[in-house]
Amino acid sequence: MPPPDLLSSQGLRLDGRRPNELRRIRCKLGVFTQPDGSAYLEQGNTKVLAAVYGPHQAAKSKSSVEGVVVNCQYSMATFSTGERKNRPRGDRKSQEMSLHLRQALTAAIKTELYPRSQIDIYIEVLQADGGAYCASVNAATLALVDAGVPLRAYACACSASMAWRGAQPEPLLDVGHVEEAAGGVVLTVASLPSTGSIALLELSHRLHSDYFEMVLSRAMQGCKDIEIVLDKAVREHLAEGWTKQDVVTI
Amino acid sequence: MWTTKTFLTKTKRGNVLKIVREHYLRDDLLCGSAACNFCPHKDDELVLEANPESLCGLFDSNHYLILDTNVVLHQIDVIEEDALKNVIILQTVLEEVKHQNTAIFQRLLEVIGNKKRKFFSFVNEHHKDTYVERNPGEKQNDRNDRAIRKAASWYASHLSIKNIDGQFPQIVLLTDDEKNRQLAHDEGILTCTVSDYIKNVNGYPGLSDKLSKNVIPESCSKDALYPAHLTPTQIHAGIRNGKLHQGTFHASRDNYLEGNATISGCEKSILLQGHIGINRAIDGDIVAIEILPQEEWSKPSDIVLEDKTEDPGDFLEEESQLLTISKADDDITPTGKVVGIIRRKWRQYCGILLPSKFPGATRHLFTPAEKRIPRVRIETRQSDILASQRILVALDSWPRNSRYPLGHFVRSLGPIGDKDAENEVILLEHDVPHARFSEAVLACLPPDNWTIPEEELARRVDLRATCVCSVDPPGCTDIDDALHARRAAAGYEVGVHIADVTHFVRPHSALDREAAARATTVYLVDKRIDMVPELLSSNLCSLRGGEERLAFSCIWILDENAHVLSTKFHKSVIKSRAAMTYEEAQMAIDETSRNDEIATSLRLLNKLAKKLKQRRLDNGALLLASPEIRFQVDSETHEPLDVQAKRIVDTNSMVEEFMLLANVSVAERIAADYPQSALLRRHPAPPPAHFNAFLKAASRQGFELDVSTNKSFSKSLNEAVIPERPFFNTLLRIMATRCMQQAVYFSSGSKTQEEFYHYGLACPIYTHFTSPIRRYADVVVHRLLAGSVGADATHAALLDTRAAQALCDNLNYRHRHAQLAARASVALNTHILFKNREEVESAVVLAVKRNALQVLIPKYGLEGPLYLPSDKFTYNEEENVQICNDIVFKTFDELTVRLTLDSSNLQHRKLVFQLVTPFIPGVSYVQQTKDDQMEVENVEIKTDEKKRKDLPETKNKKKKKSKT
Ligand SMILES: [Zn+2]
Repeated sequence: MPPPDLLSSQGLRLDGRRPNELRRIRCKLGVFTQPDGSAYLEQGNTKVLAAVYGPHQAAKSKSSVEGVVVNCQYSMATFSTGERKNRPRGDRKSQEMSLHLRQALTAAIKTELYPRSQIDIYIEVLQADGGAYCASVNAATLALVDAGVPLRAYACACSASMAWRGAQPEPLLDVGHVEEAAGGVVLTVASLPSTGSIALLELSHRLHSDYFEMVLSRAMQGCKDIEIVLDKAVREHLAEGWTKQDVVTI
Repeated sequence: MWTTKTFLTKTKRGNVLKIVREHYLRDDLLCGSAACNFCPHKDDELVLEANPESLCGLFDSNHYLILDTNVVLHQIDVIEEDALKNVIILQTVLEEVKHQNTAIFQRLLEVIGNKKRKFFSFVNEHHKDTYVERNPGEKQNDRNDRAIRKAASWYASHLSIKNIDGQFPQIVLLTDDEKNRQLAHDEGILTCTVSDYIKNVNGYPGLSDKLSKNVIPESCSKDALYPAHLTPTQIHAGIRNGKLHQGTFHASRDNYLEGNATISGCEKSILLQGHIGINRAIDGDIVAIEILPQEEWSKPSDIVLEDKTEDPGDFLEEESQLLTISKADDDITPTGKVVGIIRRKWRQYCGILLPSKFPGATRHLFTPAEKRIPRVRIETRQSDILASQRILVALDSWPRNSRYPLGHFVRSLGPIGDKDAENEVILLEHDVPHARFSEAVLACLPPDNWTIPEEELARRVDLRATCVCSVDPPGCTDIDDALHARRAAAGYEVGVHIADVTHFVRPHSALDREAAARATTVYLVDKRIDMVPELLSSNLCSLRGGEERLAFSCIWILDENAHVLSTKFHKSVIKSRAAMTYEEAQMAIDETSRNDEIATSLRLLNKLAKKLKQRRLDNGALLLASPEIRFQVDSETHEPLDVQAKRIVDTNSMVEEFMLLANVSVAERIAADYPQSALLRRHPAPPPAHFNAFLKAASRQGFELDVSTNKSFSKSLNEAVIPERPFFNTLLRIMATRCMQQAVYFSSGSKTQEEFYHYGLACPIYTHFTSPIRRYADVVVHRLLAGSVGADATHAALLDTRAAQALCDNLNYRHRHAQLAARASVALNTHILFKNREEVESAVVLAVKRNALQVLIPKYGLEGPLYLPSDKFTYNEEENVQICNDIVFKTFDELTVRLTLDSSNLQHRKLVFQLVTPFIPGVSYVQQTKDDQMEVENVEIKTDEKKRKDLPETKNKKKKKSKT
């Protein structure tokens, strides 16, 4: 009767990670020259490209005196999943993702600095293997940094799920596609780890409140871990990258 | 370290998909050996001993064993013996075993979990030094063998780190694959076949008996008796192009050379005849069938054919004489032959050894207790001891050149005829899990002296001051319900308090998993196989008199006419004032001088129960009857002393009414709160065709019954009374019960609202809530209700429709087998009782068959066939009567019969019914001529399946009410 074993008796997950381990994250800033900022990020087999244009003058209809309008477009490449996708963007799921991305990224950007402007963020998922939203937020953050948009803090997103080790509940960090498909609840959180605030929280199914704290704190820990990885990438990029980019632009 | 696994798979729609999965390799995995100087082990992580003693004569130095997948799959019986210790189970092996055979996987996990056995499971697939990538073009099996060898040589070199030569354990790889052994040898790994190793183990006599025989490949045609089976690919192709069909093989009970197969989408089953036609299929196997051309079709033979008593050696006898086929008949059915086996469904079989006639021989035949299973050839050196025992045998293979399947001895169950051994056979043959509770399960229990903690008291409604009492059959130790009633401001307050088992049985714990697997407590005549350990079933959960216990309460406010005004559910603490028997409760009600709280409460309950029952009957609930017998069992020897039909006491129904009401109330609540995953119980209306014979028989007695709805059926049953034959109405109800279908558990998400209906109880929705100590369904319902009223956490599996339906399937399976086991136990005890006894009793005819009368003896509730010789009797199919001159036998007739036991076949003892009156010369039994035996047949004591209220009385007897 118990759900499929996501944790082996030795305490390893299906792909060999321990419950509190992230997937391998590899990332690179400034992968394109056309946009103002861009980044490529891999979280396990989930691979995402992000490009940022702006801030530039906002279209009349969207313009706001309060601050910059953040515009997000999320799309999935037709080859990103095992079965070919027929509609890469504009479907319900992509629209919802775009809105959620916007919510998380707006929280990170110091919007008040650019009234009557807009920032366009384009996300393309090249390969989806679970946690596409998280990878998108993380990639967008890097692209924003690359574009030089002032941020309050890094926006990081991470997911967590529940598994059982014997009778003990054990939250799993950074849920992959196989674990998602096993049908357990997936909690996705986008946060600004350095301030401790949460920008977005989503649950795929109902989760009993007794376990909520436990799963959330694991996901928050994941965000902190991701922030360290992102921060390191940014610093490395700055250390080696300045000279190179100067050469290209000159 | 990071790598990916890539493989191709197919979707349901037939598209080919490329799947890429991440695969992380680690450097923090431990080797688990105490001889290791390298890994940072904690003490409890050391599984393998530093100096394992070598038991095997082939290897002098101490060593660890590594097994390959096939060794685990084929030799699990050897592995389960205590002889092998310090064994490394690689993850590669574990996963292959899990994939191929879940039952063996579970058994292996059990062994690994046993600390004494020192089995270490090593995660070689995620270890950076032992992971191997599949080479292009390499078969999966070859890769896995390579992974196993890689892990073996890694262990050898790993243990040598900082160790002096010869001071650390060696690694021995056990594999029966010759190629693998050769490769291992080349790589410098010590290796050996399983049988060589086991045969050289010292100090464990009989261990080699448990070795599974080597499998002879299907392609080997030397001395072949049977045609070869097709390969899986051929079968797959054949099924796809429609030439072959997949079906489940059912062997005939009466004729060992005949069987049939049910094919999905095919109404008629396919007949399979003869050695070649059956081609080594064994009852239950999933087989591939080729249907013969129509001119070769045959008809089922109606003869009884048993295999020869002696081993004829490896040849197949001429079958044309064995199978009497007359082609002219119109009973011709589609006939086919088995051409391949898709999946074997072998289990372990109970039976007796048929020792070889040659002294000193090691090859013997084994006769299973189940008639559908062929004899099995096993090898043992202990035949002298085993000949008088019931033994358990596992099947290994059935090669083409062997007349019989090959198997091996697993264990002895005890002497033939011994009560414990016979009970063991009943439990095994009905797949009742009955092993002692494992250490892991017992570890989940609270301490023996557990008392209710303060914080638990604070969380619950305190009903300790309320006058609660329980009413059960005498001797009941697992009391799971108690009641109370008192006047309230508006009407009456009535409470049903059920043992709070889920407080102790937490989801996902080992205890929970064990209880879920057992699904129900099984009651044999002299034995009870508990679903949860005794500490819970007979103590902490049992609502004993005068003790504080945790309960789940359902409290109603009822009006004067027992209409429910309000219902509430909550967890509570109760202190039962008295645990009474039905008789005691009846006395308290009847004794008008008693005016204490208990008596008033009982009178109130009784009054309300009568109104509830009347309303239920008015709604169309059926009052069905079933012949049930109770044994008086000797309290010391457990031998049955006497048997009689059960009487149902009047006070049973008081408790039953409130249990039904509680079940209905809970069902309504959980169905509303969990539309997709509530566990409910339904009883489908019987299809009209089931009633045909019954209605015909009743109308011959002058009663036209209306079975269109349960209401009209109930009404016409009530009216069908013959004043001078008081038993007639009961008999009618017994037969009505036989027309019913089985009530089943289901998940609310899997059926529509109309299908929830419970026909027997005439209520739109029903579930089981009141017996969580002995039924797992009730445990789940408790959890659902607790989640619904906020008393406990829900968990994912509770809300999952698929998981809920899978659970229901297991519950239904286990309940059916528990009933069959209980019936088999009744049969066993009946046989013991009639061993040295004969009785002449009055009987009634339940049904008229082609060659027999089905008779029931009301006094004992026993039922069986009374055979009629065909030369004296003629069967009138139209009228459904048997005629002999001027004597006509029809349903409901009363006769006198003589009862004796036929023990000529040790495994299949039968009760024999012989006619005494009416006297028919040459047929009826006459006291003097004892050798005038008639043809005999096995007796089934058919206690009814749906309306069973009670089981035969035993020492630790337990009531079973509201079983519907
Ligand atoms: Zn080590």
